[in-house]
Amino acid sequence: MTTPLLRLDGVAMQYGKGEASVTALSGIDLEVNVGELVAVMGASGSGKSTLLTIAGGLTTPTAGEVVVGGTYLSTLPAKGIAQLRRRTLGFVFQDFNLVPSLTALENVTLPLELDGWRGVKARSAGHDALRAVELDERADAYPDDLSGGQQQRVAIARAVVGPRRLILADEPTGALDSTTGELVMRMLRRRIDAGAGGILVTHDPRHAAWADRIVFLRDGRITDGTRRETPEQLLVGGGRHV
Amino acid sequence: MSVRQSLLAILDQGPCYGYQLRAEFDRRTGGTWPLNVGQIYQTLERLERDGLVAKGESDREGRAYYEITDAGHEAVSSWLSSPVERQAAARDELAIKLAVAATLPGVELADVIQVQRRATLALLRDLTRTKDAIDEPTSPEDLAYLLLVDAQIFQADGELRWLDHAEGRLARAVAAGVAGPLPLNTEVPKRGRPAKAVQP
Repeated sequence: MTTPLLRLDGVAMQYGKGEASVTALSGIDLEVNVGELVAVMGASGSGKSTLLTIAGGLTTPTAGEVVVGGTYLSTLPAKGIAQLRRRTLGFVFQDFNLVPSLTALENVTLPLELDGWRGVKARSAGHDALRAVELDERADAYPDDLSGGQQQRVAIARAVVGPRRLILADEPTGALDSTTGELVMRMLRRRIDAGAGGILVTHDPRHAAWADRIVFLRDGRITDGTRRETPEQLLVGGGRHV
Repeated sequence: MSVRQSLLAILDQGPCYGYQLRAEFDRRTGGTWPLNVGQIYQTLERLERDGLVAKGESDREGRAYYEITDAGHEAVSSWLSSPVERQAAARDELAIKLAVAATLPGVELADVIQVQRRATLALLRDLTRTKDAIDEPTSPEDLAYLLLVDAQIFQADGELRWLDHAEGRLARAVAAGVAGPLPLNTEVPKRGRPAKAVQP
Protein backbone atom coordinates (compact mmCIF):
# COMPACT_ATOMS: atom_id res chain seq x y z
CA MET A 1 0.00 0.00 0.00
CA THR A 2 1.61 3.25 -1.08
CA THR A 3 1.28 6.46 0.87
CA PRO A 4 -1.59 8.61 -0.43
CA LEU A 5 -0.59 11.94 -1.96
CA LEU A 6 -3.13 13.59 0.30
CA ARG A 7 -5.21 12.52 3.26
CA LEU A 8 -7.76 14.53 5.19
CA ASP A 9 -8.64 13.01 8.55
CA GLY A 10 -11.71 14.34 10.34
CA VAL A 11 -11.09 17.83 9.03
CA ALA A 12 -13.39 20.56 10.32
CA MET A 13 -13.44 24.29 9.83
CA GLN A 14 -15.36 26.69 11.98
CA TYR A 15 -15.44 30.45 11.70
CA GLY A 16 -16.19 32.54 14.79
CA LYS A 17 -16.99 31.31 18.26
CA GLY A 18 -20.00 30.46 20.38
CA GLU A 19 -23.47 31.00 19.02
CA ALA A 20 -22.22 33.19 16.20
CA SER A 21 -19.92 30.46 14.86
CA VAL A 22 -20.37 29.09 11.38
CA THR A 23 -19.34 25.55 10.51
CA ALA A 24 -17.86 25.51 7.01
CA LEU A 25 -16.63 21.91 7.08
CA SER A 26 -17.19 19.04 9.42
CA GLY A 27 -15.83 15.47 9.68
CA ILE A 28 -14.15 15.42 6.28
CA ASP A 29 -12.25 12.21 5.48
CA LEU A 30 -10.74 12.11 2.03
CA GLU A 31 -7.81 10.41 0.35
CA VAL A 32 -6.16 11.10 -2.99
CA ASN A 33 -3.79 8.49 -4.39
CA VAL A 34 -1.33 8.57 -7.25
CA GLY A 35 -3.15 8.42 -10.57
CA GLU A 36 -6.39 9.53 -9.02
CA LEU A 37 -8.52 12.59 -9.63
CA VAL A 38 -11.26 13.23 -7.09
CA ALA A 39 -14.01 15.67 -8.00
CA VAL A 40 -15.77 17.61 -5.27
CA MET A 41 -19.24 18.82 -6.11
CA GLY A 42 -21.84 20.71 -4.16
CA ALA A 43 -23.96 23.83 -4.19
CA SER A 44 -22.48 27.28 -3.62
CA GLY A 45 -21.49 27.67 0.00
CA SER A 46 -21.26 23.92 0.60
CA GLY A 47 -17.59 24.23 1.57
CA LYS A 48 -15.90 23.10 -1.66
CA SER A 49 -13.36 25.90 -1.92
CA THR A 50 -12.63 25.86 1.82
CA LEU A 51 -11.82 22.17 1.51
CA LEU A 52 -9.36 22.94 -1.27
CA THR A 53 -7.55 25.71 0.60
CA ILE A 54 -7.22 23.44 3.64
CA ALA A 55 -5.91 20.58 1.48
CA GLY A 56 -3.33 22.98 0.06
CA GLY A 57 -2.18 24.25 3.45
CA LEU A 58 -3.43 27.78 2.78
CA THR A 59 -5.93 27.54 5.63
CA THR A 60 -5.41 25.71 8.92
CA PRO A 61 -8.43 23.60 9.90
CA THR A 62 -9.93 24.02 13.36
CA ALA A 63 -9.90 20.24 13.81
CA GLY A 64 -8.52 17.17 12.07
CA GLU A 65 -5.32 16.46 10.19
CA VAL A 66 -4.07 17.21 6.71
CA VAL A 67 -1.41 14.76 5.59
CA VAL A 68 0.47 15.59 2.39
CA GLY A 69 2.65 12.76 1.11
CA GLY A 70 2.96 11.35 4.62
CA THR A 71 3.77 14.68 6.32
CA TYR A 72 1.31 16.01 8.90
CA LEU A 73 0.92 19.72 8.19
CA SER A 74 0.12 20.31 11.88
CA THR A 75 3.72 19.36 12.71
CA LEU A 76 5.23 22.00 10.42
CA PRO A 77 5.89 25.68 11.09
CA ALA A 78 4.45 28.16 8.58
CA LYS A 79 7.74 28.26 6.69
CA GLY A 80 7.75 24.47 6.44
CA ILE A 81 4.21 24.44 5.07
CA ALA A 82 5.15 27.04 2.46
CA GLN A 83 8.13 24.93 1.41
CA LEU A 84 6.02 21.78 1.23
CA ARG A 85 3.50 23.65 -0.91
CA ARG A 86 6.20 24.78 -3.33
CA ARG A 87 7.62 21.28 -3.67
CA THR A 88 4.56 19.11 -3.54
CA LEU A 89 1.44 20.74 -4.84
CA GLY A 90 0.12 23.23 -7.32
CA PHE A 91 -3.11 25.18 -7.55
CA VAL A 92 -5.07 25.73 -10.74
CA PHE A 93 -7.65 28.49 -10.51
CA GLN A 94 -10.51 29.60 -12.71
CA ASP A 95 -8.73 32.84 -13.62
CA PHE A 96 -5.37 31.13 -14.39
CA ASN A 97 -3.35 33.34 -11.98
CA LEU A 98 -0.31 33.68 -14.22
CA VAL A 99 2.13 36.52 -13.66
CA PRO A 100 1.61 38.81 -16.70
CA SER A 101 5.19 40.10 -16.80
CA LEU A 102 6.67 36.59 -16.97
CA THR A 103 6.74 34.28 -20.00
CA ALA A 104 4.92 30.95 -19.99
CA LEU A 105 8.19 29.19 -19.11
CA GLU A 106 9.04 31.67 -16.34
CA ASN A 107 5.58 31.24 -14.87
CA VAL A 108 6.01 27.48 -14.84
CA THR A 109 9.48 27.57 -13.27
CA LEU A 110 8.60 30.22 -10.68
CA PRO A 111 7.85 27.76 -7.84
CA LEU A 112 11.12 25.92 -8.54
CA GLU A 113 13.17 29.11 -8.52
CA LEU A 114 11.50 30.22 -5.30
CA ASP A 115 12.63 26.88 -3.94
CA GLY A 116 16.24 27.60 -4.91
CA TRP A 117 16.53 25.62 -8.14
CA ARG A 118 19.23 26.88 -10.44
CA GLY A 119 18.37 28.39 -13.84
CA VAL A 120 19.28 25.58 -16.22
CA LYS A 121 17.78 22.82 -14.12
CA ALA A 122 14.58 24.81 -13.52
CA ARG A 123 14.24 25.70 -17.20
CA SER A 124 14.71 22.09 -18.23
CA ALA A 125 11.97 20.97 -15.81
CA GLY A 126 9.78 23.85 -17.05
CA HIS A 127 10.16 22.75 -20.68
CA ASP A 128 9.28 19.18 -19.67
CA ALA A 129 6.10 20.39 -17.96
CA LEU A 130 5.14 22.58 -20.92
CA ARG A 131 5.80 19.73 -23.33
CA ALA A 132 3.43 17.55 -21.30
CA VAL A 133 0.61 20.02 -21.95
CA GLU A 134 1.67 20.36 -25.61
CA LEU A 135 2.64 23.99 -25.24
CA ASP A 136 6.43 24.02 -25.26
CA GLU A 137 6.48 25.90 -28.56
CA ARG A 138 4.89 28.84 -26.74
CA ALA A 139 7.41 28.80 -23.88
CA ASP A 140 8.55 32.37 -24.59
CA ALA A 141 5.05 33.83 -25.00
CA TYR A 142 3.59 36.14 -22.37
CA PRO A 143 0.16 35.31 -20.89
CA ASP A 144 -1.48 38.14 -22.83
CA ASP A 145 -0.43 36.49 -26.09
CA LEU A 146 -1.97 33.15 -25.12
CA SER A 147 -5.61 32.09 -25.40
CA GLY A 148 -7.57 31.27 -22.24
CA GLY A 149 -7.17 27.55 -22.83
CA GLN A 150 -3.42 27.93 -23.38
CA GLN A 151 -3.05 29.99 -20.21
CA GLN A 152 -4.83 27.31 -18.23
CA ARG A 153 -2.53 24.66 -19.71
CA VAL A 154 0.43 26.76 -18.54
CA ALA A 155 -1.18 26.81 -15.07
CA ILE A 156 -1.46 23.01 -15.17
CA ALA A 157 2.19 22.75 -16.21
CA ARG A 158 3.12 25.00 -13.28
CA ALA A 159 1.06 22.81 -10.94
CA VAL A 160 3.05 19.70 -11.85
CA VAL A 161 6.49 21.15 -12.60
CA GLY A 162 9.51 19.41 -11.10
CA PRO A 163 8.64 17.17 -8.18
CA ARG A 164 5.08 18.49 -7.72
CA ARG A 165 2.49 15.74 -7.93
CA LEU A 166 -0.64 17.05 -6.26
CA ILE A 167 -2.95 19.27 -8.30
CA LEU A 168 -5.65 21.26 -6.54
CA ALA A 169 -7.98 22.73 -9.12
CA ASP A 170 -10.80 25.17 -8.38
CA GLU A 171 -13.23 25.43 -11.31
CA PRO A 172 -10.32 25.33 -13.78
CA THR A 173 -12.62 25.45 -16.81
CA GLY A 174 -15.00 28.08 -15.46
CA ALA A 175 -13.70 30.83 -17.74
CA LEU A 176 -13.39 28.69 -20.87
CA ASP A 177 -15.80 27.76 -23.65
CA SER A 178 -17.07 24.20 -23.81
CA THR A 179 -14.57 22.78 -26.33
CA THR A 180 -11.55 24.50 -24.77
CA GLY A 181 -12.71 23.40 -21.33
CA GLU A 182 -12.76 19.83 -22.56
CA LEU A 183 -9.21 20.15 -23.91
CA VAL A 184 -8.00 21.48 -20.55
CA MET A 185 -9.73 18.63 -18.73
CA ARG A 186 -8.06 16.16 -21.09
CA MET A 187 -4.64 17.66 -20.30
CA LEU A 188 -5.37 17.57 -16.58
CA ARG A 189 -6.41 13.93 -16.89
CA ARG A 190 -3.19 13.09 -18.78
CA ARG A 191 -1.07 14.66 -16.01
CA ILE A 192 -2.94 12.65 -13.40
CA ASP A 193 -2.52 9.42 -15.39
CA ALA A 194 1.19 10.16 -15.74
CA GLY A 195 1.66 9.85 -11.98
CA ALA A 196 0.08 12.87 -10.32
CA GLY A 197 -3.09 13.08 -8.24
CA GLY A 198 -5.59 15.80 -7.63
CA ILE A 199 -8.76 17.33 -6.37
CA LEU A 200 -11.07 19.06 -8.79
CA VAL A 201 -13.67 21.39 -7.34
CA THR A 202 -16.43 21.98 -9.84
CA HIS A 203 -20.14 22.49 -10.18
CA ASP A 204 -20.05 21.24 -13.76
CA PRO A 205 -21.02 17.56 -14.09
CA ARG A 206 -19.31 17.23 -17.48
CA HIS A 207 -16.00 18.16 -15.93
CA ALA A 208 -16.53 16.11 -12.77
CA ALA A 209 -17.01 13.18 -15.14
CA TRP A 210 -13.26 13.22 -15.88
CA ALA A 211 -12.58 12.21 -12.27
CA ASP A 212 -12.16 8.72 -10.86
CA ARG A 213 -14.36 9.50 -7.90
CA ILE A 214 -16.89 12.19 -7.17
CA VAL A 215 -17.78 13.30 -3.66
CA PHE A 216 -20.68 15.56 -2.81
CA LEU A 217 -20.53 18.23 -0.16
CA ARG A 218 -23.65 19.52 1.50
CA ASP A 219 -23.50 22.01 4.36
CA GLY A 220 -19.84 21.21 4.95
CA ARG A 221 -20.21 17.44 5.08
CA ILE A 222 -19.49 14.74 2.54
CA THR A 223 -22.90 13.27 1.90
CA ASP A 224 -22.14 10.79 -0.79
CA GLY A 225 -19.57 9.61 -3.24
CA THR A 226 -19.19 7.51 -6.34
CA ARG A 227 -16.81 4.59 -6.20
CA ARG A 228 -13.87 4.10 -8.44
CA GLU A 229 -14.98 1.46 -10.87
CA THR A 230 -14.30 0.04 -14.28
CA PRO A 231 -16.78 1.04 -16.93
CA GLU A 232 -18.62 -2.02 -18.20
CA GLN A 233 -20.73 -0.62 -20.91
CA LEU A 234 -19.98 2.59 -22.60
CA LEU A 235 -22.91 3.77 -24.63
CA VAL A 236 -26.53 3.55 -23.69
CA GLY A 237 -28.24 0.91 -25.77
CA GLY A 238 -25.09 -0.76 -27.03
CA GLY A 239 -22.57 0.69 -29.37
CA ARG A 240 -19.01 -0.06 -30.21
CA HIS A 241 -16.46 -0.74 -27.56
CA VAL A 242 -13.36 1.35 -27.66
CA MET B 1 -38.39 9.24 -38.33
CA SER B 2 -34.64 9.57 -38.42
CA VAL B 3 -33.86 5.93 -39.38
CA ARG B 4 -36.00 6.18 -42.52
CA GLN B 5 -34.50 9.56 -43.39
CA SER B 6 -30.97 8.41 -42.60
CA LEU B 7 -31.26 5.36 -44.84
CA LEU B 8 -32.61 7.55 -47.61
CA ALA B 9 -29.73 10.00 -47.13
CA ILE B 10 -27.22 7.15 -47.40
CA LEU B 11 -28.90 5.97 -50.61
CA ASP B 12 -28.39 9.51 -51.93
CA GLN B 13 -24.70 8.59 -52.17
CA GLY B 14 -25.45 5.63 -54.46
CA PRO B 15 -27.54 2.46 -54.80
CA CYS B 16 -27.29 -0.12 -52.00
CA TYR B 17 -28.78 -3.50 -51.19
CA GLY B 18 -30.29 -4.27 -47.77
CA TYR B 19 -27.33 -5.73 -45.88
CA GLN B 20 -25.03 -3.11 -47.34
CA LEU B 21 -27.37 -0.34 -46.21
CA ARG B 22 -27.43 -1.74 -42.69
CA ALA B 23 -23.61 -1.83 -42.61
CA GLU B 24 -23.42 1.76 -43.88
CA PHE B 25 -25.87 2.91 -41.19
CA ASP B 26 -23.80 1.12 -38.49
CA ARG B 27 -20.60 2.79 -39.71
CA ARG B 28 -22.19 6.18 -39.28
CA THR B 29 -23.74 5.56 -35.88
CA GLY B 30 -21.07 3.40 -34.24
CA GLY B 31 -23.59 0.57 -33.89
CA THR B 32 -25.45 2.61 -31.30
CA TRP B 33 -28.80 1.87 -32.89
CA PRO B 34 -28.52 -1.61 -34.37
CA LEU B 35 -31.12 -2.31 -37.03
CA ASN B 36 -32.13 -5.76 -38.15
CA VAL B 37 -32.34 -6.57 -41.82
CA GLY B 38 -36.10 -7.01 -41.55
CA GLN B 39 -36.41 -3.36 -40.47
CA ILE B 40 -34.20 -2.30 -43.35
CA TYR B 41 -36.24 -4.12 -45.99
CA GLN B 42 -39.52 -2.96 -44.45
CA THR B 43 -38.27 0.63 -44.60
CA LEU B 44 -37.08 0.16 -48.18
CA GLU B 45 -40.51 -1.19 -49.19
CA ARG B 46 -42.20 1.86 -47.67
CA LEU B 47 -39.76 4.21 -49.33
CA GLU B 48 -40.49 2.45 -52.63
CA ARG B 49 -44.24 2.70 -52.02
CA ASP B 50 -43.82 6.43 -51.41
CA GLY B 51 -41.86 6.85 -54.63
CA LEU B 52 -38.64 7.88 -52.89
CA VAL B 53 -36.58 4.88 -54.00
CA ALA B 54 -36.82 2.46 -56.89
CA LYS B 55 -35.92 -1.21 -56.74
CA GLY B 56 -33.45 -2.06 -59.48
CA GLU B 57 -32.41 -5.34 -61.00
CA SER B 58 -30.84 -8.03 -58.83
CA ASP B 59 -27.21 -8.90 -59.41
CA ARG B 60 -25.83 -12.40 -59.97
CA GLU B 61 -25.82 -13.08 -56.22
CA GLY B 62 -29.50 -12.16 -56.11
CA ARG B 63 -28.93 -8.86 -54.28
CA ALA B 64 -31.55 -6.27 -55.12
CA TYR B 65 -30.16 -2.74 -55.30
CA TYR B 66 -32.32 0.22 -54.33
CA GLU B 67 -31.76 3.56 -56.00
CA ILE B 68 -32.96 6.96 -54.83
CA THR B 69 -35.46 8.82 -57.05
CA ASP B 70 -35.62 12.56 -57.71
CA ALA B 71 -38.41 12.81 -55.14
CA GLY B 72 -36.20 10.92 -52.70
CA HIS B 73 -33.32 13.31 -53.34
CA GLU B 74 -35.64 16.23 -52.62
CA ALA B 75 -36.84 14.53 -49.43
CA VAL B 76 -33.21 14.25 -48.24
CA SER B 77 -32.57 17.95 -48.92
CA SER B 78 -35.74 18.87 -47.10
CA TRP B 79 -34.78 16.68 -44.09
CA LEU B 80 -31.34 18.25 -43.82
CA SER B 81 -32.67 21.79 -44.01
CA SER B 82 -35.46 21.38 -41.44
CA PRO B 83 -35.23 21.00 -37.66
CA VAL B 84 -36.01 17.68 -36.02
CA GLU B 85 -39.39 17.93 -34.36
CA ARG B 86 -39.43 16.87 -30.76
CA GLN B 87 -42.41 14.81 -29.68
CA ALA B 88 -44.77 16.98 -27.70
CA ALA B 89 -45.15 15.94 -24.05
CA ALA B 90 -42.98 12.88 -24.46
CA ARG B 91 -43.22 10.81 -21.30
CA ASP B 92 -40.19 11.26 -19.16
CA GLU B 93 -39.97 8.36 -16.75
CA LEU B 94 -37.72 10.20 -14.32
CA ALA B 95 -39.83 13.35 -14.24
CA ILE B 96 -42.96 11.29 -13.55
CA LYS B 97 -41.14 9.34 -10.84
CA LEU B 98 -40.05 12.52 -9.04
CA ALA B 99 -43.47 14.13 -9.41
CA VAL B 100 -45.23 11.11 -7.91
CA ALA B 101 -42.56 10.61 -5.23
CA ALA B 102 -43.06 14.23 -4.15
CA THR B 103 -46.67 13.41 -3.21
CA LEU B 104 -45.99 10.20 -1.23
CA PRO B 105 -45.75 9.99 2.56
CA GLY B 106 -42.49 8.78 4.07
CA VAL B 107 -40.39 9.39 0.97
CA GLU B 108 -37.23 11.49 1.19
CA LEU B 109 -37.30 13.13 -2.21
CA ALA B 110 -33.72 14.37 -1.72
CA ASP B 111 -32.62 10.71 -1.48
CA VAL B 112 -34.51 9.79 -4.64
CA ILE B 113 -32.75 12.68 -6.39
CA GLN B 114 -29.35 11.66 -5.05
CA VAL B 115 -29.72 8.03 -6.17
CA GLN B 116 -30.47 9.25 -9.67
CA ARG B 117 -27.66 11.80 -9.57
CA ARG B 118 -25.13 9.15 -8.66
CA ALA B 119 -26.28 6.83 -11.45
CA THR B 120 -26.33 9.59 -14.06
CA LEU B 121 -22.89 10.82 -13.00
CA ALA B 122 -21.53 7.28 -13.32
CA LEU B 123 -22.99 7.13 -16.82
CA LEU B 124 -21.53 10.53 -17.63
CA ARG B 125 -18.12 9.36 -16.45
CA ASP B 126 -18.29 6.25 -18.62
CA LEU B 127 -19.28 8.33 -21.63
CA THR B 128 -16.38 10.70 -20.92
CA ARG B 129 -13.93 7.80 -20.84
CA THR B 130 -15.34 6.53 -24.11
CA LYS B 131 -14.76 9.92 -25.65
CA ASP B 132 -11.31 10.25 -24.13
CA ALA B 133 -10.27 6.90 -25.59
CA ILE B 134 -10.76 8.28 -29.10
CA ASP B 135 -9.10 11.62 -28.34
CA GLU B 136 -9.10 13.37 -31.70
CA PRO B 137 -11.12 11.84 -34.54
CA THR B 138 -9.03 10.43 -37.37
CA SER B 139 -11.85 9.40 -39.70
CA PRO B 140 -15.42 10.37 -40.59
CA GLU B 141 -16.58 7.30 -38.63
CA ASP B 142 -14.78 8.58 -35.49
CA LEU B 143 -16.31 12.00 -35.94
CA ALA B 144 -19.83 10.59 -36.34
CA TYR B 145 -19.35 8.42 -33.26
CA LEU B 146 -18.00 11.29 -31.16
CA LEU B 147 -20.99 13.41 -32.13
CA LEU B 148 -23.27 10.67 -30.82
CA VAL B 149 -21.29 10.33 -27.58
CA ASP B 150 -21.36 14.12 -27.14
CA ALA B 151 -25.14 14.07 -27.55
CA GLN B 152 -25.47 11.53 -24.75
CA ILE B 153 -23.02 13.48 -22.59
CA PHE B 154 -25.04 16.65 -22.93
CA GLN B 155 -28.28 14.76 -22.24
CA ALA B 156 -26.81 13.37 -19.02
CA ASP B 157 -25.44 16.82 -18.16
CA GLY B 158 -28.88 18.34 -18.71
CA GLU B 159 -30.46 15.74 -16.46
CA LEU B 160 -27.94 16.45 -13.69
CA ARG B 161 -28.58 20.19 -13.90
CA TRP B 162 -32.29 19.55 -13.75
CA LEU B 163 -31.77 17.35 -10.66
CA ASP B 164 -29.83 20.21 -9.00
CA HIS B 165 -32.68 22.52 -9.85
CA ALA B 166 -35.26 20.03 -8.52
CA GLU B 167 -33.31 19.79 -5.28
CA GLY B 168 -33.34 23.56 -4.92
CA ARG B 169 -37.05 23.70 -5.66
CA LEU B 170 -37.68 20.99 -3.09
CA ALA B 171 -35.67 22.86 -0.43
CA ARG B 172 -37.68 26.03 -1.05
CA ALA B 173 -40.97 24.10 -0.94
CA VAL B 174 -39.99 22.44 2.33
CA ALA B 175 -39.05 25.83 3.80
CA ALA B 176 -42.37 27.26 2.67
CA GLY B 177 -44.22 24.31 4.21
CA VAL B 178 -45.86 23.24 0.97
CA ALA B 179 -43.97 19.97 0.49
CA GLY B 180 -45.61 16.86 1.88
CA PRO B 181 -47.82 13.91 1.07
CA LEU B 182 -50.88 14.34 -1.10
CA PRO B 183 -53.62 12.26 0.57
CA LEU B 184 -55.94 10.16 -1.58
CA ASN B 185 -58.97 12.10 -2.69
CA THR B 186 -62.13 10.90 -0.97
CA GLU B 187 -64.29 12.08 -3.85
CA VAL B 188 -64.85 9.33 -6.39
CA PRO B 189 -63.48 10.53 -9.72
CA LYS B 190 -65.93 10.71 -12.61
CA ARG B 191 -65.57 8.19 -15.37
CA GLY B 192 -64.18 9.13 -18.70
CA ARG B 193 -61.35 11.38 -19.73
CA PRO B 194 -60.16 14.21 -17.51
CA ALA B 195 -61.78 17.49 -18.49
CA LYS B 196 -58.55 19.10 -19.53
CA ALA B 197 -55.23 17.56 -20.40
CA VAL B 198 -52.10 19.34 -19.27
CA GLN B 199 -50.40 20.95 -22.21
CA PRO B 200 -46.62 21.13 -22.35
